[in-house]
Amino acid sequence: MAEERFDCVVVGGGPAGAAAAYTMAKAGLKVALIDRGEFPGAKNVFGGVLFRSQLEDLLPEFWKEAPLERLIVEERLMLLDEQGMVTLSHRNPGFADPPNSWSAMRAQFDAWFAGKAEKAGAVPVYQTTVTELLQEGDRVVGVRTDREDGDLYADIVIVADGVNSLLGKALGVHREWQPDEVSLGVKEIIHLPRNVIESRFNLEGNEGASIEFLGDTLGMTGLGFLYTNKESISIGVGIMVNDLQKARVKPYAVLDHVKQHPYIRKLIAGGEVEEYAAHLIPEGGFHSMPPLAGNGWMICGDAAQMVNAVNGEGTNLAVLSGRLAGETAILAHVRGDYSLGMLDHYNESIRASIVFKDLKKYSGIHGLLSGPERRVLFGKLPGVLNESISDYMSVNGITKEEKQKMLIHQLRDAAGGNVELLRLGLKGWRAINR
Amino acid sequence: MSASIEERLYTIRYKADEQSHLIVKDQEVCAQCPSKDCLFFCPADVYDWDEGTRTLSIAYENCVECGTCRLGCSEQNIEWKYPMGGYGIAYKLG
Ligand SMILES: Cc1cc2nc3c(=O)[nH]c(=O)nc-3n(C[C@H](O)[C@H](O)[C@H](O)COP(=O)(O)OP(=O)(O)OC[C@H]3O[C@@H](n4cnc5c(N)ncnc54)[C@H](O)[C@@H]3O)c2cc1C
Ligand code: SF4
Ligand code: SF4
Repeated sequence: MAEERFDCVVVGGGPAGAAAAYTMAKAGLKVALIDRGEFPGAKNVFGGVLFRSQLEDLLPEFWKEAPLERLIVEERLMLLDEQGMVTLSHRNPGFADPPNSWSAMRAQFDAWFAGKAEKAGAVPVYQTTVTELLQEGDRVVGVRTDREDGDLYADIVIVADGVNSLLGKALGVHREWQPDEVSLGVKEIIHLPRNVIESRFNLEGNEGASIEFLGDTLGMTGLGFLYTNKESISIGVGIMVNDLQKARVKPYAVLDHVKQHPYIRKLIAGGEVEEYAAHLIPEGGFHSMPPLAGNGWMICGDAAQMVNAVNGEGTNLAVLSGRLAGETAILAHVRGDYSLGMLDHYNESIRASIVFKDLKKYSGIHGLLSGPERRVLFGKLPGVLNESISDYMSVNGITKEEKQKMLIHQLRDAAGGNVELLRLGLKGWRAINR
Repeated sequence: MSASIEERLYTIRYKADEQSHLIVKDQEVCAQCPSKDCLFFCPADVYDWDEGTRTLSIAYENCVECGTCRLGCSEQNIEWKYPMGGYGIAYKLG
């Protein structure tokens, strides 16, 4: 590569980087999109479901050509104990019209999305790892790659290098993540024939179902997911790294444990593992978000901890932040000003968006999930709730009034008394209502 | 139908680099490390402790590049880089 100048270099071809590159290239800026994978998406993993809204703002009716699996028409939330489960399930024609989300595979979707940026004019620089940011004084002026003569210069560098964000760390925008600011997700894609999936989940055509579950991750802070694809099921668990450190269990053993749950086991029975995967998930939320811009740079997506762990939203926030960074870069290009004063516009757009507002609303969640309450939430409570509901629903000669009292007592005891139950409830409520 | 870790890793496509992107900074620190958490939290069983030679071995070809050891080694004794561009893990599905 000869020394080349770009208006903007984007590091990372995930949803954040592709959205930024697409936005800028479409406006006529000279953009390079760098990814270290064999192709964009080769390194990327999610649950996962892609949400329509933020992608549609960028690519109207993208679902007519993007590689997607199934349209999610039913969502279930499940509280598992060792043998049983309590489920809240929702299906309603209006929920899927207009579409809300689809199951998808990242190696396929990300490659397609980056292809859109290429078609808009972004220069693909794949199979290339950025090893450092080039700086002059306090200004970022380009990137160094592991290619021979691999320095690329640009007015602006957009850092969209995902959760490990070695570049964000090198910039000093964030100190290293603490083990309670990230979860490790382990996942399997399990092949099953189309008709088996459709009958097991009550689906037809391209309809799909999603299940999120809590509990039975061996008492650790963990959430699980199960999504239907066309001819496979994605199943996985995410466990906070600090819990994983302490528990000394292999992460895939937690997944095996969940896969053997009597209810889950039957949903995946007879299937064959097509691919195993593991990836970190940012879980720090609002308080872990670093400064978002400086002289000559902006940072988006997972690299800036923009994940709403409560609702399993990450790709959509990545897309939105990438677009907003791209739009700021266009403005900066027009004005010929790449200083923090100008790029702070991106910071302001984020503050006015759902990225900031939703993460702020859930800013207490991180404390709840990493504090002592998690033992109750992920350990005792699912079991007790399952038992109490079994009791409540059994017809065994005990009066309903008596049963109601028992239910409340059991929950109270699980939380460690009335005061504790109240405190947990209040803390949970506050965690999602800021 | 739980697969072994070997069977699981077998489902992933890799293009192995000739050099390890993971380096133990100081074997002595590992030898003294009481918890050796890396033997558990790594989702690809990359780390192995050999009591005979008292060294921590790294099967870097199996690494899925998740970054857990980067944050999870309490001694910060792993020098963690990405493999060369184009090398390492290449998911078919993700
Ligand atoms: C188990 C799991 C389940 C999830 N489930 C969902 C879900 O159901 N729905 C949802 O919306 N979100 C989900 N998420 C979150 C979602 O995956 C992320 O929020 C999203 O991928 C963030 O996009 P990004 O572009 O910021 O980062 P990434 O997608 O991680 O992209 C970063 C890119 O940068 C490249 N890169 C990194 N460093 C360099 C470098 N130095 N040089 C060159 N290239 C580099 C990488 O190859 C990669 O392509 C899940 C995540 C996990 C791990
Ligand atoms: S946890 Fe760190 S210091 Fe301890 S054995 Fe593993 S790599 Fe070595
Ligand atoms: S990056 Fe992940 S897979 Fe690779 S050695 Fe570290 S913990 Fe294991």
